[in-house]
Amino acid sequence: MMEKLEPHFKEGGKLHKFWPVYDGFATFLFVPGHTTQKGAHIRDGIDLKRTMITVVLAMIPALLFGIYNVGYQHFQAIGQLDSVSTGDIITYGLMKVLPLIIVSYAVGLGVEFGFSIAKSHSINEGFLVSGLLIPLTCPPDMPLWMVAIATVFAVVIGKEVFGGTGMNVLNVALTARAFLFFAYPAYISGDKVWISLGGENAVDGFTGATALAQFTSQGPNITNPVGQPMGFMEGFIGLVPGSIGETSTLAILIGALILGLSGIGSLRIMVSVFAGGYIMATLLNLLSSSFPDNPYLTVPAHLHLVFGGFAFGAVFMATDPVTAAQTAIGKVIYGFLIGAFTIIIRVLNPAYPEGMMLSILFMNVAAPLIDYYVVQANIKRRLKRVTVKAA
Amino acid sequence: MSNELLKIIKFATVSSTKYENLMGKNIKIKKGLDIRLDGEAEKILVNAEMPETVAIRPEDFVAMKPKVLVNTGDEVKAGTPLMYDKNNPQVMICAPVSGEIVEVKRGAKRVLEEIRILADKEISYLPFHVGNPENLTREQLIDLLCKSGAWNFIRQRPYSAVANPEKAPKAIFVSAFDSSPLAPDADFVVQGNEKYFEAGLAALKKLCPVVHLNVHKDRVKSPLFLQAKGVEINTFSGPHPSGNIGVQIHHIDPINKGEIVWYSTPQDLVIIGRLLLEGRYDTHRIVAVTGSQVKKRRYVRTIQGANIKSIIGTDNVEGTDNRYISGNVLTGTKIPADGFLGFYDTQITVIPEGHEPEFFGWLAPGFNKFSNSRTFFTWAMPGKRFKLNTNMHGEERAFVVTGEYEKVFPMDIYPVQLLKAIITNDIEAQENLGIYEVAPEDFALCEFVCTSKINSQEIVRKGLEALYLEEIESQKEVHH
Repeated sequence: MMEKLEPHFKEGGKLHKFWPVYDGFATFLFVPGHTTQKGAHIRDGIDLKRTMITVVLAMIPALLFGIYNVGYQHFQAIGQLDSVSTGDIITYGLMKVLPLIIVSYAVGLGVEFGFSIAKSHSINEGFLVSGLLIPLTCPPDMPLWMVAIATVFAVVIGKEVFGGTGMNVLNVALTARAFLFFAYPAYISGDKVWISLGGENAVDGFTGATALAQFTSQGPNITNPVGQPMGFMEGFIGLVPGSIGETSTLAILIGALILGLSGIGSLRIMVSVFAGGYIMATLLNLLSSSFPDNPYLTVPAHLHLVFGGFAFGAVFMATDPVTAAQTAIGKVIYGFLIGAFTIIIRVLNPAYPEGMMLSILFMNVAAPLIDYYVVQANIKRRLKRVTVKAA
Repeated sequence: MSNELLKIIKFATVSSTKYENLMGKNIKIKKGLDIRLDGEAEKILVNAEMPETVAIRPEDFVAMKPKVLVNTGDEVKAGTPLMYDKNNPQVMICAPVSGEIVEVKRGAKRVLEEIRILADKEISYLPFHVGNPENLTREQLIDLLCKSGAWNFIRQRPYSAVANPEKAPKAIFVSAFDSSPLAPDADFVVQGNEKYFEAGLAALKKLCPVVHLNVHKDRVKSPLFLQAKGVEINTFSGPHPSGNIGVQIHHIDPINKGEIVWYSTPQDLVIIGRLLLEGRYDTHRIVAVTGSQVKKRRYVRTIQGANIKSIIGTDNVEGTDNRYISGNVLTGTKIPADGFLGFYDTQITVIPEGHEPEFFGWLAPGFNKFSNSRTFFTWAMPGKRFKLNTNMHGEERAFVVTGEYEKVFPMDIYPVQLLKAIITNDIEAQENLGIYEVAPEDFALCEFVCTSKINSQEIVRKGLEALYLEEIESQKEVHH
């Protein structure tokens, strides 16, 4: 069938303008039968589609858990957790999460197709990942039209103006989230948005505040929405309020395992982010007795790592190869500083209980500078070789 | 007192480095990749028939500007000059067989493609001076090698062009082994030619006092290499590209701007040695016939530039849609089924073409795909040998994935940054990032593993050629 259609899209065919779209679909269905013409005669089985689909696969545990958790938080908040089945919980979660995913993919891919046709380049695979990351970083009740606008903004301003996948400076999904965060703060911050009540009344004593918001006012002694105390294990498992994909550190670590084992995601970055966060939080703990006004200082390091978007950012956002540092040493510095800055923003800036997004975006901008110095060191080493010899 | 102590320490360190040099170095290559290809040659040596035709192609030389010295219909002997490179006019390129010039083939813009010789049944050789290299002066030796065509087997870095005999190198390097996929066995291919190899090595010592002979801990066993006299023997271990001369130079005595090193290979030294001891330009060599499509995979004794039909033999290839490669699958040249063995090649590889599109190939588990990433399940089958075809397995994209090249690039050089400097034509950055230390072949594994399917060997080749031609131009100006 594809062969029959192909002539219409070829040079001179009626639909030639739409060649990128045809090509996008054709190569989606079939890895093309192109053979090597220059250089190495055999090539590794991997391509960008395979890479991206591996990342999507790694996000599936966080997505599935997120769907369940949206429903779980809903029924917990309205006091019906004991009377509903698992099926009901999942159904509610799906009703909230699926539309977000569909809107994100439809809008994002639409924009990508438009750009491919206008600039007649082939469709890039990058949005396969961004399209799922965007909904996972949203609260469950995010209005769909806002997600649509944010996606358009992120793809156009965040990526296509730089020349498409591989050329962007900022992580595309985080650009979308930052847009939402600053354009519609009421829908993505505070303590009203993290649990989808679906128009029903919450039980008495209910609080919608996330763990991070509670850290700001009461330090490590936090509770879940119905008043039960929460600790490390609750955060690690992730049945807590938050953005859809970020809550379960366990599910995210399964993703990290997939990325690390397949060699697609940089373990170096992930470990450095966690190390940076842990060390910075531990240092700030030391200051807690000197500044009793800031209870966030007393939050122990291990809680920082399992609550909020820390793990999600470390595993899925910081590792974006296009916007991260590219050199091995650069990756360590880049990851470490992301972790450290996240904790600094969380603890020392009262306006932002969460710092992951801003920290990663900031380090996206700083990454080329880090690489510059790493490469300069290599160049100096090479020049030194000559002077040592001459001496 | 402290001064005394310092002197002692200094003496101790200096003498220990000297000692290390004498013994040669032990170098572990950790980054790299042995592609587990199906189709290794069995260690059986057969003689090829005399090929009907033999060809010499300028394409096998770096940025060559050929000056042809023969016409169609001329009779030549083995050792008769056919052409020379205007970039290196002292060095003759000579006929490997005797016979009649049947074609001086030119392509678009009259660019010389090949000189083809109809070979005699029995080769008659042009006689050259016979003598032990020790009895010749350095100048006499250079003159003899240039005149006879054997000089072409001494190449230089940077640029991997034929060495310029007028510029002395700081050292000469010989890699005793080839680590590329399905490469011929180092010990096997010199058997029976030991004295010629030794004479070739002696010639190198005459040309430059510092000669490094690099062996592999597991791949090289022959005492011919391990006990070679008067050279520094360095031992490498680890996967491909540990046998690449560029990698070896980088770890032993790296090239700085303005420096030159020369290099050669054992089989090429055999040809040099034979010229010196027997007085004839005899390019007989042993070629490994490899690849999953070859039925009887063996070592074949043949001649430089031979038509590969005579090497592969009749009815020895499976199927019809195949890629014939002179050389190995990473760096070799695509040739037709009746093409010619490349000037420096000692291997022929035949693999299937891969024209078939793969339905949802990027999603399938891929039990027959080889990947340096672990995105296919074949990573869990460490013993499996792969029958790989020429499919690209994807389309070209911008650089996206990082850290991928570095896993297979065992030098203290940033490969992606260097490639970008070449693409943007930033010569200062290229020099700073170490372009003089690399050759296209050093990027072959990068090209193989590349997710974005970027042809990096081509990029490096063009970058180096531009620098090489610029250097030659500037030398000409100095001469005027």
